[in-house]
Amino acid sequence: MSNKKIFIEPLFRNNPVTVLVLGICSALAVTVKLEPALVMALSVTVVTGFSSMIVSLIRNTIPNRIRIIVQLVVVAMLVILVDQLLKAYAYEVSKQLSVFVGLIITNCIIMGRIEAFALANKPIPSLIDGLANGLGYGIILVVVAFFRELLGSGTVMGIQVIPNAIYIKNGGFYENNGLMILPPMALILVGLFIWVQRSITKELIEKK
Amino acid sequence: MQELINIFVKSIFIDNMVFAYFLGMCSYLAVSKNVKTAVGLGLAVIFVLGVTLPVNYLLFKYVLSPGALVWLDPSYANIDLNFLSFIIFIAVIASMVQLVEMVVEKFSPGLYSSLGIFLPLIAVNCAILGGSLFMQERAYETLAQATVFGLGSGFGWFLAIVALAAIREKLSYSNVPAPLRGLGITFIVVGLMGIAFMSFMGIKL
Repeated sequence: MSNKKIFIEPLFRNNPVTVLVLGICSALAVTVKLEPALVMALSVTVVTGFSSMIVSLIRNTIPNRIRIIVQLVVVAMLVILVDQLLKAYAYEVSKQLSVFVGLIITNCIIMGRIEAFALANKPIPSLIDGLANGLGYGIILVVVAFFRELLGSGTVMGIQVIPNAIYIKNGGFYENNGLMILPPMALILVGLFIWVQRSITKELIEKK
Repeated sequence: MQELINIFVKSIFIDNMVFAYFLGMCSYLAVSKNVKTAVGLGLAVIFVLGVTLPVNYLLFKYVLSPGALVWLDPSYANIDLNFLSFIIFIAVIASMVQLVEMVVEKFSPGLYSSLGIFLPLIAVNCAILGGSLFMQERAYETLAQATVFGLGSGFGWFLAIVALAAIREKLSYSNVPAPLRGLGITFIVVGLMGIAFMSFMGIKL
């Protein structure tokens, strides 16, 4: 497979969240607002890319029996770096993300890509594969967060986009949909996203 | 005592790992196709959460939190090892899972063959690490509180996966629009279950 194909595939056709069902755990709780979702997407992309590359570099020296522990240590080290960086330079966002930064360690995308790709491939393709999967995850995160923030609070990145005048309290007809803020709506939105995606690419439809 | 019951009920219903925080979603969606395996995995999660939380609590209290090393030597009072907590917690979880697996294999082969494949999976189940991180963030005060929180969260996860498995068993007979079949409808069902669980949110404990 060419590097370009490795990069393109996970973004839509082979998306880690909607097709491979990986990494939903820590994803959906951070999508109430766009800003934390962007930070989360970026952090996961960095961790997936570099952990794949590092594991790929040392793949021939890891004994098979203890590889899970070795992989976890590599991932945990990268996550600690990301966590400390966020605390230093983006403290507000890091507070909002709370435990979910730590949970990147157990994000199945990372372990999944290491097991499925990095252990059998050279460092550079592994880096590309990791980054692309992180981005594929990020796309879902950002799309879900965009709709939840727009419909739930009428803002995008904290800026009011729905005109104030049309709200009921100002004499208009519009009201924010409070349901969008609640966690279960993230799941339903991903469900709808899968519906749209599978209507476009028919071969993803599951057999009866 | 009342406080412990509060934590237990709260962690099952109000702060349910699956519906309020989406933790452990990967295995939740992957292993919920029939009730029997769901029960197996759910029991394993209760067990592992109940074992790892007290261990991580003790580690956090006596090693990792700021100034925790005073019991070794008073001059260590300003050492803060908090940044190590992720790596320590995940190491404890991975090794506890390995240990539990070996003990179960030795003393209860029947249980091992029914749980066997799920135990290693649990090491990377976010609900387990999430439990430890929430314990750290919410600053539970005693060992008993941490343990009860672990057991309650595990039980909430167990309930959620068994309920979803039962729904999916019935769902396989219904006529779902083709692009939604399988994964899509499962997401929507979990969302609706989450909305149902939100009715517990008004309870003040």
